[in-house]
Amino acid sequence: MATKKLMKGTAARMGVMKRVSLVFKAKANKALDKMEDPRETLDYSYQRQLELLTKVRRGVADVATSRKRVELQMNQLQQQANKLEDQARKALGMGREDLARAALERKASAQSQLNDLQAQYAQLQAEEEKLTVASQRLQAKVDAFRTRKETIKATYTAAEAQTRINEAFTGISEEMGDVGMAIQRAEDKTAQMQARAGAIDELMASGALDDAVGGRRDDIQSELDMMAASSDVERELSRLKGELTAGAPKQLEGGANGNSQAGQAPQGQAQGGPYAPPPQAQTQSAAIPASDRPAEPQDGEG
Amino acid sequence: MIVRILGEGQFQVDDTDTTELNRLDTELETAVEHDDEAAFSAALRGLLDQVRLQGSPLAPDSLAPSDLILPRQDSSMDDVRKLLADDGLIPG
Repeated sequence: MATKKLMKGTAARMGVMKRVSLVFKAKANKALDKMEDPRETLDYSYQRQLELLTKVRRGVADVATSRKRVELQMNQLQQQANKLEDQARKALGMGREDLARAALERKASAQSQLNDLQAQYAQLQAEEEKLTVASQRLQAKVDAFRTRKETIKATYTAAEAQTRINEAFTGISEEMGDVGMAIQRAEDKTAQMQARAGAIDELMASGALDDAVGGRRDDIQSELDMMAASSDVERELSRLKGELTAGAPKQLEGGANGNSQAGQAPQGQAQGGPYAPPPQAQTQSAAIPASDRPAEPQDGEG
Repeated sequence: MIVRILGEGQFQVDDTDTTELNRLDTELETAVEHDDEAAFSAALRGLLDQVRLQGSPLAPDSLAPSDLILPRQDSSMDDVRKLLADDGLIPG
């Protein structure tokens, strides 16, 4: 049945649970059989436990390093995405929908890279947590094993010790097998991530990623800059034009205003009539709206 | 009895009633038999949940070997096959 597919030649009714534990036990027994003196087993196993502990701790540190690197790259990509959105906003403000679209397309690409990195980050974080817990558990078992080992050595003859040694050894080697697989898995993951992170770093350094993700930083930016510069020029131009034309039209306006004011004037100067003589015009100017004043008084005074 | 979930630790599981555990284990086997990855991963999750529900974590300094060992939750069928292969995944 299913089990036949999993492992040929074993009882069909045996579940997955049983089967996996048998594999572990077989491993432990094989290792035990190699030892001539059972006490040797204890020291040898303890040595390997300490090695594994060191390895697991290093593994935790490696995963953390890898996680931090991914974090750094995520920040860089986020900045890139923010910048592109900013560019898109500016481009829209300048009426360049095409440019805004280009910037947003690149932002989408940066965003998808970012999402990918976020998933990796979460994986590494989970791996780090698991390994940390595993290393604490292994530490507890190694400490217990050391105590047990000393007791067995001190209290029992080789023959008596056998059973106790077997049990302790099987228990700890099961843990070591489990932790060993976890660390192997973490190492594989870390290696994969480091390779990818290295590739992204290289791309970023070479500027090639800018092409793929951010766009050669400057083609959108330089167009925006150019447009900003040229719109500055346009603004200056129209300001200057305004200044140039201001002289003539404003005088005309002033005249027109003068007339209308003259029309309004009756309130204060009923006796003056529509075409009041200069002195009266000067008194009128006090009532003229502020915006019109600059031209008028000068006229009046001059 | 003691059950280990790989990558997670050991649990002391009350084995007065293992009906549910056996049912889930059979489900797991059936999934493998039909080469059904989705069913496999659902059955595995169900089995592990049942162990967590029915058991309590064993003290970390216990050196007792497990009666049963289960693959880690995110295992694929292929992972389990490798685990069961003669010189499979288990180091040492």
